Amino acid sequence: MNLKLWGNPRSDAGNARLITGFAVLGTLLLLTLTMNVFTGSAAIPFDKALRIVFAGDRSQQTYSDILLRIRIPRALAALILGGALALSGYLLQTFFRNPIAGPFVLGVSSGAKLTVALIMILVIGQRHAVGSGVMILAAFIGSMMTLGVILIVSRRIKRMSLLVVCGVMIGYICSAVTDFAVTFADNSDIVNLHNWSMGTFSGTTGGNVLVISCVAIPACFCTFLLAKPISAYQLGDGYAQSLGVNVRRLRLYLILLSGLLSACVTAFAGPVSFVGIAVPHIIRVIFRSSRPVVMIPACFLGGSIFCMLCDMAARTAFAPTEMSISTVTAICGAPVVIAVMMKRRKGEL
Amino acid sequence: MSDDIILKAEDLAVGYENPLIRHICFSLRAGEIMTLIGPNGAGKSTLLRTVCGILKKRHGVILIDGREDTSFPPAEKARRMAVLLTDRLHPDMMTCRDVVESGRYPYTGHLGIHSADDRRAVEEAIRTVRMSDYADRNFNEISDGQRQRVMLARAICQEPEILILDEPTSYLDISHKIAFLEILRRLTAEKHPAVLVSMHELDFAEKISDYTICVKDGEVFRSGTPDEIFRRDVICELFGIRPGLYDEYFPRTGD
Repeated sequence: MNLKLWGNPRSDAGNARLITGFAVLGTLLLLTLTMNVFTGSAAIPFDKALRIVFAGDRSQQTYSDILLRIRIPRALAALILGGALALSGYLLQTFFRNPIAGPFVLGVSSGAKLTVALIMILVIGQRHAVGSGVMILAAFIGSMMTLGVILIVSRRIKRMSLLVVCGVMIGYICSAVTDFAVTFADNSDIVNLHNWSMGTFSGTTGGNVLVISCVAIPACFCTFLLAKPISAYQLGDGYAQSLGVNVRRLRLYLILLSGLLSACVTAFAGPVSFVGIAVPHIIRVIFRSSRPVVMIPACFLGGSIFCMLCDMAARTAFAPTEMSISTVTAICGAPVVIAVMMKRRKGEL
Repeated sequence: MSDDIILKAEDLAVGYENPLIRHICFSLRAGEIMTLIGPNGAGKSTLLRTVCGILKKRHGVILIDGREDTSFPPAEKARRMAVLLTDRLHPDMMTCRDVVESGRYPYTGHLGIHSADDRRAVEEAIRTVRMSDYADRNFNEISDGQRQRVMLARAICQEPEILILDEPTSYLDISHKIAFLEILRRLTAEKHPAVLVSMHELDFAEKISDYTICVKDGEVFRSGTPDEIFRRDVICELFGIRPGLYDEYFPRTGD
């Protein structure tokens, strides 16, 4: 394979960085996935676990249930949704040309949370189960609604920092309405909803993972196919247009995809903070590049690793008590945002 | 011979709801430099942005190689026409070479992966603007003059027949202005693109133009060869100034 694909003649160093970067991310992904599957509050001997996972040994029902029905789906959910979240953040940063945009800061996650909570209250109140597809749809509608508001605001407000402040405020409004609804929807089933609304990967089933993969993976793939127009869009609307990019259509795709990706995450794991902002920045520093064709796959891998590590910390650090995933992602992710803001020159934000 | 007219505008009107400039006509041949001069706010940028299709034209026709500009598929048009705009770029983590490479956009495949040809065009463009030593530098960390040359290289490696430059020299110091325009002159002599460039430096415009268009008050005020345009009376009327020395405007105080 010609590994100078992305590159330019000078940059053997650049290519080396690229190859090393992806190799490291790939290895870390496998490593964290393994750790997520083989660690937990129930101590399952490693050899037994291996036999259950790879040789289909079903002799110990409890162990195989823990592994196959709890840990593996949960780890896979963290893997896919983490990647989806990072990409969603990357798309929003690209769209708004704003380094601190992300589904959580712009209130998109909270909007999705609101609609999902309302659906859950309505349907669980009627003693029906809520299908995964319905959840994603509800979350998608919620995220598109908040994105719509943000878009209207962004036409009037050109300052990047104010846009983010607006996003945070919209997020608070949505969260407040959600809390309000939850408070008055006095039903024991809704205890679940409270856990979910804090953000968690626990309780993911194999069926969930299937639905998640069917939605998130094609969306990630579509994002990758947009790498070329995104690279032109990074130069600004004028240049993108002069190169033959249909800027309007591209902007629509960016918004739809980022909304869908973050909706997918919120529907299953609740709002997860800071992954969307922090991961693209970490990746950009690692690869010293902002080429979309590198950034998109790398952000996915980075988001997966970041989320799996955070999820592992959330469930093992104070086991058997579980923290919410956002507690951990915020602690790891928020400093990155602060670092980014400090690095930027004053005029830009 | 009218065959080698590459860019032609017929009764073009540009602007927004109310056109800023009407009745624009010009034609431009390969290897010619046409300068666009006029006071601030006369609509020079609007005209250039309309010619390159970023803004919609209000009236009239733009012909590229004798074909109406709207009949080109976007990528094909981008292979014929490249621009240097006044928009400031704020790329994150992009080297000068990365910026130049973006000019190859209309030539690459679905994922924008560069072939050997693309890389050659990029290197050649970088050499043409004499930025080889800076190719791997971060685009944000070079001077304005160097940045404009990188942006010119970006347009050059698009291998256009038509080059549209919107005030490319406006905020450069005198030596960078000279360097930029010298590169532009050499480029037109060697590669024969048709160049349409707006500028405020009348002295330089006179030197590099084959043809000049003056816009003022919503219309083409004059157009012609440099000899016809760069005359005291024309320029004074165009910019609404009195002939004479600067001293007349800034009398020494205390005298």
